[in-house]
Amino acid sequence: MEQTEYKVRVEHLTKYFGDLHVLDDISFNIRKGEFLCVVGPTGCGKTTFLNLLTRIIAPTSGELYIDGIPADPKKHNLAFVFQEPSAMPWLTVEKNLRFGLEIKKIPKDEADRRVEEILKLLGLGDFRNFYPHQLSVSTAQRIIIGRAFIMHPDLLLMDEPYGQMDIKLRFYLEDEVIKLWKELKSTVVFITHNIEEAVYLADRVLILTNKPASIKEEVIIDLPRPRDVVDSKFIAYRKYITDQIKWW
Amino acid sequence: MNVQKQNHSSEQQEQILKDQKKQRKASYQNLMLSVSSILLFFFIWEMVALLKLVPEHYLAPPEAIFRLLIIKIHDPNPDGAVLTVNILSSLQISFTGFIAAILIGVPLGWLMGWYRVVDSVVNPIFDIVRPIPPVAWIPLTIVWMGVGLKAKATIVFLSAFIPCVINSYTGIRQTNPVLIHVGKTCGASDFTIFWKIGIPSAMTMTFTGIKLAIGNAWSTLVAAEMLAASSGLGYMILQGRNFGRTDIVMLGVLAIGIIGTIIITLFSHLENVVLRWKRK
Ligand SMILES: Nc1ncnc2c1ncn2[C@@H]1O[C@H](COP(=O)(O)OP(=O)(O)OP(=O)(O)O)[C@@H](O)[C@H]1O
Ligand SMILES: [Mg+2]
Repeated sequence: MEQTEYKVRVEHLTKYFGDLHVLDDISFNIRKGEFLCVVGPTGCGKTTFLNLLTRIIAPTSGELYIDGIPADPKKHNLAFVFQEPSAMPWLTVEKNLRFGLEIKKIPKDEADRRVEEILKLLGLGDFRNFYPHQLSVSTAQRIIIGRAFIMHPDLLLMDEPYGQMDIKLRFYLEDEVIKLWKELKSTVVFITHNIEEAVYLADRVLILTNKPASIKEEVIIDLPRPRDVVDSKFIAYRKYITDQIKWW
Repeated sequence: MNVQKQNHSSEQQEQILKDQKKQRKASYQNLMLSVSSILLFFFIWEMVALLKLVPEHYLAPPEAIFRLLIIKIHDPNPDGAVLTVNILSSLQISFTGFIAAILIGVPLGWLMGWYRVVDSVVNPIFDIVRPIPPVAWIPLTIVWMGVGLKAKATIVFLSAFIPCVINSYTGIRQTNPVLIHVGKTCGASDFTIFWKIGIPSAMTMTFTGIKLAIGNAWSTLVAAEMLAASSGLGYMILQGRNFGRTDIVMLGVLAIGIIGTIIITLFSHLENVVLRWKRK
C-alpha cells in the first residue's frame, strides 16, 4: 500500500480549452507536509493546473486524489493564494481571516484561537480592524497568505503570490511562508517562474515544459534550512534548473 | 524585528488619522462654500424681486415665501390642506412606493444577475416594461385604482423599481471572478457565494440604483399628484396655479427641492455607513 504515504496523487491530468491543448498527461504525487514548487514558462498552463486541483475548472481527463479520495473543495480543506489580489474589500483584516473558517463551520473558540495565532505569526495584530484598501500591497498579500494558512489546509496552493513584489519584500514574505509552513505542517504547492525562489523554498521542484505542459523533470532540493542564496550548493541547484529550461 | 513592525504599523495608523483630519477639514470648507452659494442665490433673487426687475405676480420674493410658509403651517387655504399635511401626504406616498421598489427590485436584480434561470424568465418582460416612462402609467392606474394612495404609490413604485433592478443586476454581474474562486476553494455552495461575495460586491452599484430611484420616485410623485390627488405638494402647486398664486407654487416647488435634498443627504449618510470599507 505505497499510495497511502502520499497526501496527494495526480494521475494523467489533461486539459484542453476547446482546441487549445494546455496540459498533457501530468502525473505526480505529493507527500504529506511537503513543500513543492512548480516552475514553468509564462502562459504554459500553471494557473490552469492549480485551478484543476481545486476543481474551479474540470479536467478533460485525469483525476486528483487527496488522501485517496477524489479532490472536492466541499470535503477537503483546500486553500488558494491567487495571483491577483483577492482580499474581500468589504471585510476587515480579521473578518477576511475568518472568511473560510466560517464557511467550513469551524467552532467559534477554535476559530478565535486560530485568528490570534495567525495575527501573531504575521505580526498583524494592530491591523485587525483595518480594511484592505488601507494596507500596503505587501501587507494585503500577507493577509491572503494568512487566510490560506489559517484553514490548516490539506493542500495549500499558491500561484505566484509574490509576482508583483520587489526583492526585499519577496525575501521577507518567503521567510514568512516557510515559518507558517513549518509551524502548521501544511502541504504546499507553490508556483513561480523565479528559479531562485523555487530553490529557496522547495523540498522538490517540478519543471514544466512549454504548452502543452507536461513534467520535464523533478529536482529534489536537499539543502538544510534556512537556506543561503549565495551558498555554492544553492547556486549549483539554481544553475542546474536554469540549464534544464534554457530552451524556453 | 518585531519592534520595527510595531513602529511601522503605528506609523501607518497615525497617517490614517492625519488623513481623516484633513478630510474633515476639507469637508467643513465645502460645507461653508455650499452655504454661501445658497445664501447668495436667495440674495440675488430677493434683489431681483425688490428692484421689480420681474413683476411681482411672476416672481414672489423669498421673504414673502417665507412668510407664506409660516402662514401655510396653520392655514389650509387656498388648496384645502395645511403645508405639513401636504408634505406628510407626499412623503407617505413616495415612501410606500419607494420602499416597495427597493424591497422587490433590489433582490430581483441580484437574483437575475446571479441565476441564469431567473434572468431568462424575467428579462424579456423587464425589457418591455423598462422603456415606458413612469408617467405613462398614470391614466391606467387611475382607471384601475382611482386617485388614492394605492394608485400613486404604484406609479412611484414603477418609476423607482427600474433603476433598482438594473443597477443591482449590473453590480452583481461585476463581481470579481477571483473572489468567487476564493469562495469555491473554501467549499462554499453557490448560494453562500451569492450571499457572502456577490451581494457585498454589488452593494456599490445597488446604492447608485437606489439613489436614482429616490430621484425618480420624488419627481414622478409630483407628476402623479398633479394629475390625480386631493392633497400633497404636487396638488398644492396645481391649486396655486389655478388661483393665480405664484407664491404658493413657488413654496411648493421649494419644499419639493428642500425635502428631496434632505432625503438624498440622509441616504448618502446611510451609504457611507454601509460602504465604509470603500476607498474615499
Ligand atoms: N478559461 C480559459 N479558456 C480558454 N483558454 C484559457 C483559459 N484559461 C487559460 N487559457 C489559456 O491556457 C493557457 C495557459 O494559461 P495559464 O493562465 O494557465 O498560464 P500560466 O502558466 O498561469 O501563465 P502566467 O505565467 O502568465 O501566470 C494560456 O494560453 C491561456 O490563454
Ligand atoms: Mg498564471
